[in-house]
Amino acid sequence: MRYLPKSDFERREMLEACGVASSEDLFSHLPEAVRLKRPLDLPPGVSEYEIIQYFRDRAAENANGYTSFLGAGVYSHFRPVLVDTVVARGEFLTSYTPYQAEISQGTLTAIFEFQTMICQLTGMDVANASMYEGSTAMAEAALMAVRVTRKGRVLVARSVHPEYREVLGVYAKPQRIPVEEFGYLADAGALDAEDLESKMDDQTAAVIVQSPNFFGIVERVKEAAEIAHRYGALVILVFTEAVSLGILEPSADADIVAGELQSFAISPCYGGPYAGIIATRDKYVRQMPGRLVGQTTDTRGNRAFCLTLATREQHIRREKATSNICTNQALIALMATVFMTVYGRRGLRELAGQNLAKAHYLASRLKPRFCGKFFNEFVTSTGDKAAEAINKALLRKKIIGGLPLGRFYPELADSVLLCATEMSERADMDAVAEAFQ
Amino acid sequence: MITKVRPHLSPNERLLFERSSPGKVAYQLPKLDVPAVDPGSVLGSENVRADIEGFPEVSEVETIRHFTRLSLWNYAIDHGMYPLGSCSMKYNPRVNELVARIDGLAWAHPYQPERLAQGSMEVMARLEAALAEITGMDAVTLQPAAGAHGELTGILLIRALLEKRGNPRKKILIPDSAHGTNPATAVIAGYTVEPVRSTSAGMLDVAALEGIVDPDVAALMITNPNTLGVFEENIVCVAEILHAKGALVYMDGANMNALMGIARPGDFGVDALHLNLHKTFSTPHGGGGPGAGPVAVKKALEPFLPVPRLRRAGKKWAWDYQRKYSIGRVRAFYGNFGVFVRALAYILAHGGPGLRNVTLDAVLNANYIRKKLEAYFDLPYPAPNMHEVVFSDERQAQKGVRTGDLAKRLIDYGFHPYTVSFPLIVPGALMIEPTETESKHELDQFIDAMIAIAGEVERDPETVRAAPHGTRTSRADEVTAARKPVLRWKSA
Repeated sequence: MRYLPKSDFERREMLEACGVASSEDLFSHLPEAVRLKRPLDLPPGVSEYEIIQYFRDRAAENANGYTSFLGAGVYSHFRPVLVDTVVARGEFLTSYTPYQAEISQGTLTAIFEFQTMICQLTGMDVANASMYEGSTAMAEAALMAVRVTRKGRVLVARSVHPEYREVLGVYAKPQRIPVEEFGYLADAGALDAEDLESKMDDQTAAVIVQSPNFFGIVERVKEAAEIAHRYGALVILVFTEAVSLGILEPSADADIVAGELQSFAISPCYGGPYAGIIATRDKYVRQMPGRLVGQTTDTRGNRAFCLTLATREQHIRREKATSNICTNQALIALMATVFMTVYGRRGLRELAGQNLAKAHYLASRLKPRFCGKFFNEFVTSTGDKAAEAINKALLRKKIIGGLPLGRFYPELADSVLLCATEMSERADMDAVAEAFQ
Repeated sequence: MITKVRPHLSPNERLLFERSSPGKVAYQLPKLDVPAVDPGSVLGSENVRADIEGFPEVSEVETIRHFTRLSLWNYAIDHGMYPLGSCSMKYNPRVNELVARIDGLAWAHPYQPERLAQGSMEVMARLEAALAEITGMDAVTLQPAAGAHGELTGILLIRALLEKRGNPRKKILIPDSAHGTNPATAVIAGYTVEPVRSTSAGMLDVAALEGIVDPDVAALMITNPNTLGVFEENIVCVAEILHAKGALVYMDGANMNALMGIARPGDFGVDALHLNLHKTFSTPHGGGGPGAGPVAVKKALEPFLPVPRLRRAGKKWAWDYQRKYSIGRVRAFYGNFGVFVRALAYILAHGGPGLRNVTLDAVLNANYIRKKLEAYFDLPYPAPNMHEVVFSDERQAQKGVRTGDLAKRLIDYGFHPYTVSFPLIVPGALMIEPTETESKHELDQFIDAMIAIAGEVERDPETVRAAPHGTRTSRADEVTAARKPVLRWKSA
């Protein structure tokens, strides 16, 4: 087999050195009861050619050649060629977690740059080396807020991504952390500050808001923060559309930022792998989950980087760790790092500006349901038509329309969430608009 | 004599922020085909940022050189053997990278209509079925993002089952040889942790276990083979003890590379386990991720698996969200699909008989290393080992050289270190896992290096203690890094 580098002759030499006649003899100590007495019921191995063919066939069963207006936490942005060029390098692709600093400076330096750029984007003091993805980053941020405040209750806006809220519930339940939701304004599509205020108490550890929120609306973070801080709760600010950070002012009121970087050159890939982040203020760093890279010097006095503050982590602290996370999303974070470098200080702003223009063009031809300010996504009512009928008509034109919202918000059953990015072409947007007429 | 490597020059490289110069760009966007909008008027000027202060400004050629230069400072599997115990650092087949990037797969949006995602769903269904067969379990969820996430999912499943039976119980039993993620997971899942001793044979102490399994015990989290590389020969009996008291057996499947086609957890009493696709199934570790941590369970736990589940609807796949007893979802969407593609490609390449050969070669390699090195290093647990072998630094410590020093000296010989100081039950552990993808030549070079270092410890321990000598970066001051954390670049 092509992935096994030994000849049978070499195997015999090694078996002889081990003093056994066959490889099977190395398993002779296994009790009879545990042994599998038949071959695995899987077909025999195939060639590289057949593997490629198999996956091409599967890809052909998916959407091909469609233009998509889906967003809702996963965005279709152009992926600069350099991204894959860098991450395809075996030195990055096939290395382990950089515990051995002397021979891992490449990964460590790149992560340090990543942490720095996430801080620059979010306005936070410190960012970790990545979490699995956005929803678990948000759930871990909530647990972090509970540790920081020593309070036991979490409030989350209904305008936060519905699947993120589900994950939060799953993480909170075994720790007996009550999670309650507060609503959004039917006209603005932004969080309902009155509802939040009415649900606050001094046992609330965190108030979680997303901006732009699930409906694409720039959220009223300041209002929420004013209320949260009055009760001694932390504000967790979530983002799912990282490109918005290129144009939106980072919130000065957030205590923890938890987000998803999929927009930064990470393929939609049917849901993963993506990369989450947690960023926060310096004073909370010791309650932060996940790996951190720090700057130091080596014995020759040269700048060096290493994993640090590991006393928060499971391999040192075991049951007292801040999280059980071990493997994170390093290579995906590297994709984001290259993306941020390629676009840079000017480009990310220009890219965000194009997204803004495209979405507002599409919105100008439709009627957004909410009056709140939006970035590159908005909700629109389907009027007399059913969302499914509109999307079906669009599919015939090889366009995947917006996400029908009834599944997540029964009160929005007549609405879809549409997203336009720099990849959306005017003619396709016109076709979408026509389908609603 | 160091034969595998000799020094070469490596370029210096400043950080991106130190390379930046105002006005440089590495991008060009297409001309906008719609009217531009004024950000201040559509977003509100108070919401618009003036600048991203400090963000890089570099050209395309500087970008590629920057990251290429950084890459040269890394060791990687593509350079040579990576004998990290419990990590299964094996060759990452490149065809897997190619197929994961096929447009129809890579650009599939998780919310695109099911009928336009049948290929992705088929890939997931086929991977689930293959993993169920390999582990001897009844059902698999692919949702967890990594091993520790799989552990959390598995323990939450167990909790849900016990809750349905009337009592979630209080404790998880964890052997003293376990990975740190196990106790951390148990606590996040709302349990307390009670350690279980190992015997001098390097296996779980069955008598001690029998004494502590009471009605408060929800489950045992066991690794098999354990972190000593030793197969838990009493596993069937262990499972019976737990089951007799209404508790369950969770297995950390990190060491599945030792068992494929030989023995199946589902056949020896395990109720739930996770697999690390980035270990056993060859998906690249990528400097720390992404991984994927599918969880395989027995029938009794199946109703509790995360939503959504794949369901056959006629000739099509559909997502089933309506599952009364499900624990809910442990992450957004369906899992690290790109990792699934790579893992399935690996399983297809080997096939059933081939996966068994993977295990045979992995175990042969570990035994070969043991045989060749046991005259030079202390072997605290002489039980037969599977895919990895754990020595201790007892002999070298007498000269003041510890496992961490030996590991650093191995770098000078052109190898990545083994796993240092783990498992915790072996003081000064050297935990070595070669995997199946090392040639005899590479193994022999590794063995020669280890023997040479053992000799150096006798003659010249200081050289070993100060290692590595040949790397561009020498030992990093980790103490200062932790005492005065510098976690981001700031302009001077």
